[in-house]
Amino acid sequence: MAKYLLFRLLDAVPTVFLVLTLVFVAMRILPGDPALAVLGASADGGQLEILRQKMGLNDPLWLQYLHFLSDAVRLDFGRSLMNDVPISRLIANNLPYTIYLTLTSVVMGLIMGIPLGVYAATQRNKPPDSILRIYSLIGYAIPDFYLGAVLLVVFSLNLGWFPINGEGVGFWDGLHHIFLPALTLAMLKSAFLGRLTRTSLLEVLGRDFIRTARAKGAREGRVIYRHGLRNALLPLSTGIGISILSTLSGSVAIELVFNRPGIGHLLIDAITERDYPVIQAGVMMFAFFVILVNLAMDVVYVFVDPRVRIKS
Amino acid sequence: MTEFSLADANPEALAEREAIAAEPGLWDTLQDVFFGRPSTMIALVVVLLFIVIAVFAPWIAPADPLRQSFLQINKLPTWSHWLGTDQYGRDVLSRLIYGSRNSLIFGLLSPVFAAICGTILGVTAGYFGGVVDRVISRVIDMLMAFPELLLAILIAAALGGSFWNIVVVLTVAFTPGFARVSRASTLAVKQEPYVEAAVAAGVRTHVIIFRHVVPNILAPIVVLMTLWSASSIRIEATLSFLGIGTQPPNPSWGNIIRDGLTNMFATQWPIVSGGLAITIVVLAISIIGDAVRDVLDPETDQ
Repeated sequence: MAKYLLFRLLDAVPTVFLVLTLVFVAMRILPGDPALAVLGASADGGQLEILRQKMGLNDPLWLQYLHFLSDAVRLDFGRSLMNDVPISRLIANNLPYTIYLTLTSVVMGLIMGIPLGVYAATQRNKPPDSILRIYSLIGYAIPDFYLGAVLLVVFSLNLGWFPINGEGVGFWDGLHHIFLPALTLAMLKSAFLGRLTRTSLLEVLGRDFIRTARAKGAREGRVIYRHGLRNALLPLSTGIGISILSTLSGSVAIELVFNRPGIGHLLIDAITERDYPVIQAGVMMFAFFVILVNLAMDVVYVFVDPRVRIKS
Repeated sequence: MTEFSLADANPEALAEREAIAAEPGLWDTLQDVFFGRPSTMIALVVVLLFIVIAVFAPWIAPADPLRQSFLQINKLPTWSHWLGTDQYGRDVLSRLIYGSRNSLIFGLLSPVFAAICGTILGVTAGYFGGVVDRVISRVIDMLMAFPELLLAILIAAALGGSFWNIVVVLTVAFTPGFARVSRASTLAVKQEPYVEAAVAAGVRTHVIIFRHVVPNILAPIVVLMTLWSASSIRIEATLSFLGIGTQPPNPSWGNIIRDGLTNMFATQWPIVSGGLAITIVVLAISIIGDAVRDVLDPETDQ
């Protein structure tokens, strides 16, 4: 198993390398002259030349590429063009909020989605099952930022139950602030996870060992939870990984709707201000996260499914 | 592509005729898709309605979507402004109607472009195998690891938002999915006797690919195309909402909500109506997509 994990870890290296290369190509070729972007259109030629020298833009491309790689590996992202703060500090300040939002909403999504899916599976082709189908169809169609905006308008603006924006101070206030943003993402998660639970549970419930359990006289609840759901967890663990990834991208829009700090908000602000080093760092952070989640998913797989262990 | 007449009784033409005979006609398939279930018919009517609205926007819209009026700021719905006005006094209904153009065009264009690029990559990888396959598969796997929306945000962040940039962004985001599906289907079709017969008969490779492989992998690609035109509209809306899609003052459903959110204390109608438009269209297209999938590949039916 250790060999499998090590192999999987090494396998992620070329992916990281490719992502870095893509970011380098996109950021160096597309925006034109970075020195011009820093100083603005009114800068004179002398200033531009000095800055280009300082930023290493006069070096040959391969040397710039090497510098870029070594900076990225050392997590040195440079400084923000807007307020001259080290970008690593910006990220350190914002990252916890994004992680907190992602985890809270995935947990809430699981709490809502799994019982929903189990209930629909036990009531197959009856009204609760159809309601879940409609719920998941709408959950697919409705954009996260719209659902967030509607919740914001109804519960914060009109009813005044929740704060309109910000992140709160302390644990309880933080929870009060995170509830609506997390609920928005959790509702969409639960639509997806509920459907997935229903499908995989129904598949398991059709197997022979379920019939054996019933023949033994096991109670229905025990059959469904002990025998059924436990075996349905494997496809569900893939689903959880997918939903963490989609929450990560969903958090960008949600952070903006609820005006919360976070990596998504940082990235979008940087785009509107054309703060290229911050855009570059934000893009890389998200890319690393995706690779990390995929890696974690594979590791979890080894623990959940013994068959993967044997094959490797 | 070379034209073959039936007079050339070569194995190729025969194999081809057999392949066609086994498949139901396009028209039958379409009938199955659209008249199979009442929900699909309603969805189809909804989508057609939105397309008509988008095409005839200048005749339908009651006002100019860009005309600002300081006397008409933040009006609630009235008979002259059915959905009220926004913070610049622009008519919200007219902005929605014109916005449907920006929103729908991406839903139609990018899946088609992505299908073309993805199929070329996938068929090349699947048919030729070897190093080509390994390189293409590796890149596809890498891109597939990213959720489409995140990929789109990252590319849009680097490129910036303009019409063609968004098309490129969405195309790149969707291409890996098409490539993976067409690669898998190509590998399956390559094993079929009619392809082996064509290879044995010495038919040129590009003819085999265009006459035998591509027509037989079209079904899953069409399914993906319909399903992803829904995603495409949703992603364009998200990008516009984030400010990296359709640029103001041009209306799109996403940036109508963006404008609405900054002005939510005054009027909430732009947020509610813009979002409803997106939701209804995406819902309708995904219902059609599900129906297309059920008819074209029944095995994947859940």
